[in-house]
Amino acid sequence: MASRIDQDQVQHVASLAKLSLNDDQLKYFTTQLDEIIGLFETLNEVDTDGIEPTSSVSDQINVMREDVADNWGQRDALLANAPESEKGYIRVPTIIDESEDE
Amino acid sequence: MNFKTTIGLEVHVELKTNSKIFSPSPVEFGDDPNANTNVIDWGYPGVLPTTNKGVVKSGIMAALALHAQVEPHTHFDRKNYFYPDNPKAYQITQSDKPIAHDGWIEIDVDGEKKRIGIAEMHIEEDAGKNTHERDYSYVDLNRQGTPLIEIVSKPEIASPDEAYAYLEALRQRIQFTGISDVKMEEGSMRVDVNISIRPEGQKKFGTKTELKNLNSFNYVRKGLAFEEQRQQRVLMSGGQIQQETRRFDETTGQTILMRVKEGSDDYRYFPEPDLPALNISDEWVNEIGAEMPEMPGSRRLRYVNELGLTDYDAMVVTQTKEMADFFDETVKLGADPKSAANYLQGDVNAFLNEQHADLQDTQLTPANLAGMINLITDGTISSKMAKKVFKAITQGKEPKAFVEEKGLVQLSDPAQLQPIIDAVLADNQQSVDDFNNGKDRAVGYLVGQIMKQTHGKANPQVVNKLLIASLKK
Repeated sequence: MASRIDQDQVQHVASLAKLSLNDDQLKYFTTQLDEIIGLFETLNEVDTDGIEPTSSVSDQINVMREDVADNWGQRDALLANAPESEKGYIRVPTIIDESEDE
Repeated sequence: MNFKTTIGLEVHVELKTNSKIFSPSPVEFGDDPNANTNVIDWGYPGVLPTTNKGVVKSGIMAALALHAQVEPHTHFDRKNYFYPDNPKAYQITQSDKPIAHDGWIEIDVDGEKKRIGIAEMHIEEDAGKNTHERDYSYVDLNRQGTPLIEIVSKPEIASPDEAYAYLEALRQRIQFTGISDVKMEEGSMRVDVNISIRPEGQKKFGTKTELKNLNSFNYVRKGLAFEEQRQQRVLMSGGQIQQETRRFDETTGQTILMRVKEGSDDYRYFPEPDLPALNISDEWVNEIGAEMPEMPGSRRLRYVNELGLTDYDAMVVTQTKEMADFFDETVKLGADPKSAANYLQGDVNAFLNEQHADLQDTQLTPANLAGMINLITDGTISSKMAKKVFKAITQGKEPKAFVEEKGLVQLSDPAQLQPIIDAVLADNQQSVDDFNNGKDRAVGYLVGQIMKQTHGKANPQVVNKLLIASLKK
């Protein structure tokens, strides 16, 4: 079977999602993802000659709402669903700041 | 060896729309944590974001203010990254078809004008805010979904001073559109910078470093100046610049290594499937263009050419849109433009600094300022009396009523002033003798006595004229 994805790539994707995989899981998911990518190859059989690339499969365009504020008052319900909360905040394990973003 | 410096700036501007970019939650600051959030902001499964038309409009306004080309077919993309301030694990932003591209702003450094290009600008959502304590971190998603415009300069900025001038000009133009407060100290304007140097004559850009923690335009300039020197020292001593992120230290004025960048970021952008693409018609752009507030540059020209202000006065009066609007209104109500400009940059600015307030948050009105200036111009009050009147109008009082109530009317009538002058002269023979002996200083003393007799109400010009005439008799 021609390999479509290797273990290094799966490891990389897993670390981007902050997942740690052991060796067995790594092997297991590499095989599984390889098969999934294989299924997508079916799409390559479609003849796309002369068809312009698009960013969307929907034919909707310019769906916008007016700039009107509406507070749905969902804070308490949302916080109740959070694993932990305190004084209105979502409480999470201490974050060591390693973000690339602001 | 001589080096050329190349600086690129990425500026985030927070928009003051009523609602968020993809959800109708209010955009408000200082509310209780998470009070302005809903299922869309939290990224719940199955929710459907909808684009806020006001944000697209703001984007078009910013594009027009920065001479950029609006993209007729634009869409949103997902930028994937994992961090607790970002509940969806992706940010909705624009990558391959941003709302506008290829703009420019003119800057002026020591009288030398230069155009700095803008590569592109895109609209996107802000993330939430984390606060860190010893045992836990706390997440507030009120800011999640607040609309931002990111403005990316072309690498055409050649010095820290040019970077400073670019930021000033950018802030001012955006401020005049009214789409944002653009305040660094409140986080409604944020700046990321990168800088590289290369030996004169080399075509290829040097390796760039990125600077963080630049909380004012001044720190941007200082941080860049330090970094320029540091990179030169490294290259001169045969070293190499690493691609790294450095933090500006406000107390020492130096930049400190935060982390070395390994490989490029892997954000796996793809077109946002939940949001239909946008077609922006010329018609809409023209409509927005027609409603655009007048930009600072054109106002300055108008003030100099039509109202006779100096370049400097015109520059000061156009620092903010509120100030320029206030000036326009004051002049429209009949105030002498030069006096209006003087009051705005003098007493009004001093008052605002003392109160730490913005003009629009005070009780000062153009009508009352114009009223006061007109009272000075027509001789009703002296500029000295105006100090008291100014204080009153900062408290919202109507100047004419205040002047009448306090009896602050200037005494300009010679028939009333002459007897007072005569009396003062009779009581101060010594000064009269001094004047006759050529001591001009005696005049000042006598004027002082007359002002004292009239409780400061005498018109100094009239007093001077009458006094000299009496002395020379």
